[in-house]
Amino acid sequence: MDTQTEKKLNIERDEDGHLADYTEWNEEVAEQLAEEEGIELTDRHWVVINFMRDDYEEKKEAPSIRRIKTYSDVGTKELYQLFPKGPAKKASKIAGLPKPKGCI
Amino acid sequence: MKRIVILGAGTAGTMMLNKLHKRLDTKEWEFTIIDQDEMHYYQPGFLFIPFDIYERDDVIKPKKYFLPPDARLKISPIDHVDPESKKVHLSDGEEVPYDFLIIATGTDIRPDEIEGMKEDLWKRDVFDFYTLDGAVSLSERLKNFKGGRLVLNIAEMPIKCPVAPLEFIFLADDYFKKRGIRDKVDLEFVTPLSGAFTKPIAAKHLGRMMEDKNIHLTTDFNIGQVDNDEKKIVSWDEREVPFDLLVTIPTNMGDDYVMRSEMGDELNFIPTDPHTLRHKTYEDIFVLGDATDLPTSKAGSVAHFEAEILEDNFIDVVEGRECSQSFDGHANCFIESGGGKGIMIDFNYDVEPLPGKYPWANVGPFSLLKETKMNHYGKLFFKWVYWNLLLPGRQLPLESQMTMNGKIQVDKEEEQKEQVMT
Repeated sequence: MDTQTEKKLNIERDEDGHLADYTEWNEEVAEQLAEEEGIELTDRHWVVINFMRDDYEEKKEAPSIRRIKTYSDVGTKELYQLFPKGPAKKASKIAGLPKPKGCI
Repeated sequence: MKRIVILGAGTAGTMMLNKLHKRLDTKEWEFTIIDQDEMHYYQPGFLFIPFDIYERDDVIKPKKYFLPPDARLKISPIDHVDPESKKVHLSDGEEVPYDFLIIATGTDIRPDEIEGMKEDLWKRDVFDFYTLDGAVSLSERLKNFKGGRLVLNIAEMPIKCPVAPLEFIFLADDYFKKRGIRDKVDLEFVTPLSGAFTKPIAAKHLGRMMEDKNIHLTTDFNIGQVDNDEKKIVSWDEREVPFDLLVTIPTNMGDDYVMRSEMGDELNFIPTDPHTLRHKTYEDIFVLGDATDLPTSKAGSVAHFEAEILEDNFIDVVEGRECSQSFDGHANCFIESGGGKGIMIDFNYDVEPLPGKYPWANVGPFSLLKETKMNHYGKLFFKWVYWNLLLPGRQLPLESQMTMNGKIQVDKEEEQKEQVMT
């Protein structure tokens, strides 16, 4: 992380770089977190981010790819285009949510 | 008469019916259990069928043998549940009203959820072993397998019995050694998880066992499609793993009547209170076994521990009290590791599998996270326990709550340091 980003984002993070407290998130924070991941946010990114934030409010858990594709209009293929490599992890980070728990 | 209706006469539903039938007065209570299949399957035995250790007859018996004679067994698929009018609508048009509903319809594999999986190569070079037919066809294919790349892939989590894929690959290693062609076979374990298993300490132990057995581990692989022409699986992030024989654990989902009833999540699993096992919305519905959305393993041992808790909670509710028992997510599993040995793990919502000893009156102790012959015998003996004690709802000398007795607390920091070094 370069010093400039660090200065801009003076918010507590966990060891994986996710926000420690999801309520400290706002749209500007999202832009900066996206920049760290090398992603420029478009409307389609925001569809995913907004769904994830709403879903987290209800479930208290970052949604899986399957959950996002079932309840939003963004399919798996597009998710991988929007958030390359690991969409669930990357999108949850930019949405200010903890890392998805994965499974049991 | 008050009516208890149980959906699903598998491990969880059968146990639950037998337990409640013993506790409640049958002059006051009427029991109905609904399932689409007349046969009961000993699912832990499916694993052994591809390797000719068990055959079909070992794992299948009529359901009615295990149910109280005065309970009604109705064979039909379910169309939907209407929790407002308290009725179950069956596919054959019958409506079954209930006072209390217990849902135990489990989970099933959905190979059609993955592009290309159920096409040309299905049951030719692509097999599952989570169904009896899948396991039997795979045993035929394995007999003709002369060498090449055997790839085991877990499509998506969660799956039923998350240790079964590991056991499969360990038993495959053993099987090819016995046939004298292990050097002609590449074994690869391809998983969407970041390690060999879901829980870190066990994942490390199991990962090491894989290394020792020369099984290649590919992690973080989310399958997007099966390429039938080039015989390879392709991940969403465009990694490719070629195969000669693919053994898949396809996406696991609850039954579609759950979706039609608008009662489930994105995988048709049902939102369930993790401690009381009551449905999160409807007070007269309880859920147990693989059908729940609980953050513990989908496994018979979990269904068994849940049944013990739910038995008491159910009696509390029908007698007008609050639920007195709390489920802790307890799971325990024998893991076949090949060569006549096995390991055992024991854990719950909060405590991950740890090494040590598992006390079991008269039989144990069993060693946790360590390969022993005793664990293997425990696994084989369990088939008898299942048919004769577990399904009839008899008391087993096992605590439904997990105990820390015998477990060794691993220093997390030490563990992590070691992980970085290896």
